[in-house]
Amino acid sequence: MRYLTDRKRAVGNGASGTGTEHHWWMSASGVALAFMIPIWLYIVGTTLGTDQQTVITTFSNPFPAILTALIVVVGMRHFAKGAEIWIEDYLHGTAAKATKIAMHSLAYVIIATALYALGKMVFIGLLLGAN
Amino acid sequence: MVQFTLPKNSKIRVGKTWPKPDGKNIRKFQIYRWDPDTGENPRLDTYFLDMDKCGPMVLDALIKIKNEVDPTLTFRRSCREGICGSCAMNIGGINTLACIYGLDEVKGDVKIYPLPHMPVVKDLIPDLTHFYAQHASIMPWLETKTNRPEKEWRQSIEDRKKLDGLYECVMCASCSTSCPSYWWNSDKYLGPAALLHAYRWIVDSRDEATAERLDQLEDPFKLYRCHTIMNCTKTCPKGLNPAKSIAEIKKMMVGRTV
Repeated sequence: MRYLTDRKRAVGNGASGTGTEHHWWMSASGVALAFMIPIWLYIVGTTLGTDQQTVITTFSNPFPAILTALIVVVGMRHFAKGAEIWIEDYLHGTAAKATKIAMHSLAYVIIATALYALGKMVFIGLLLGAN
Repeated sequence: MVQFTLPKNSKIRVGKTWPKPDGKNIRKFQIYRWDPDTGENPRLDTYFLDMDKCGPMVLDALIKIKNEVDPTLTFRRSCREGICGSCAMNIGGINTLACIYGLDEVKGDVKIYPLPHMPVVKDLIPDLTHFYAQHASIMPWLETKTNRPEKEWRQSIEDRKKLDGLYECVMCASCSTSCPSYWWNSDKYLGPAALLHAYRWIVDSRDEATAERLDQLEDPFKLYRCHTIMNCTKTCPKGLNPAKSIAEIKKMMVGRTV
């Protein structure tokens, strides 16, 4: 128990002057994902039940490849920043900081892995096209 | 920080059951009781009232219990018409004002608790010290820099209309104590009531401290802890919409950033 006045306790260290950019980024990326994901799901749907070569050929085309890359990057950043909010809701102090670092690291690992896999498909697709 | 279970000394035990009066129209009331002087855990006392001899509102029943059954029952009340905000409590799972909440609106037994997630002073009285300090922190008064006019600060009819749905708030704390974000982070998050009042002064055409007011709110916790859960709007006994006020503040924040 600290002997603080009620007003000092309520004001704390004041406003940090941040938060709006996070709020705007989440709104903008949410709208972008709402447009991109249905198109991406349609493309994935067209490849269901086809052989590996057709899938590779589809995703090595510029539009599906760029769309997939955008969804992975924007989606995982949206996920990490969104997770930050609920971590701040339920955890405080060191636990919150450690969980946020872990969540952002996980998102970056998923982005790197997905981009590597996508790059590999595009590369193989280009080779198949050349032959 | 979030707590999923009550501390040991806050667990509610079964309390005293008071005698049933004679009559045909008997209703059961279960009321949270806690006295800090006894050092005992909170308990749920059971009372019975003859509804043919009781007023229509929950507060009428509480006053009848206090006057005729158990004078130790403690609760705040004053105006009896939804203006003072004193008798806010949790009735049948809803935060509301006991004076304007009809007994006919409660299904089954009437269960009454103090406002959730607030320290309890005694029985149905929550400690609102921090809640009031948060309200004071948003500077709930007119801030001007221009020299005072000879007669009065004038306002157009259109600008005055913008304050409707805001000035009516009676600070009963029903909204803030229904908000999960406020439950978990009330030390930093201002809560719907304080933010509604903040917006009331931000949108006031006579106020000249809009930028400072927005600066004071720009914080991931003070403002952006609101996740649009809308419990505040659902529960407000005055029918106000604090969630909309918070959304308007966020729009103004984005407007001056982007």
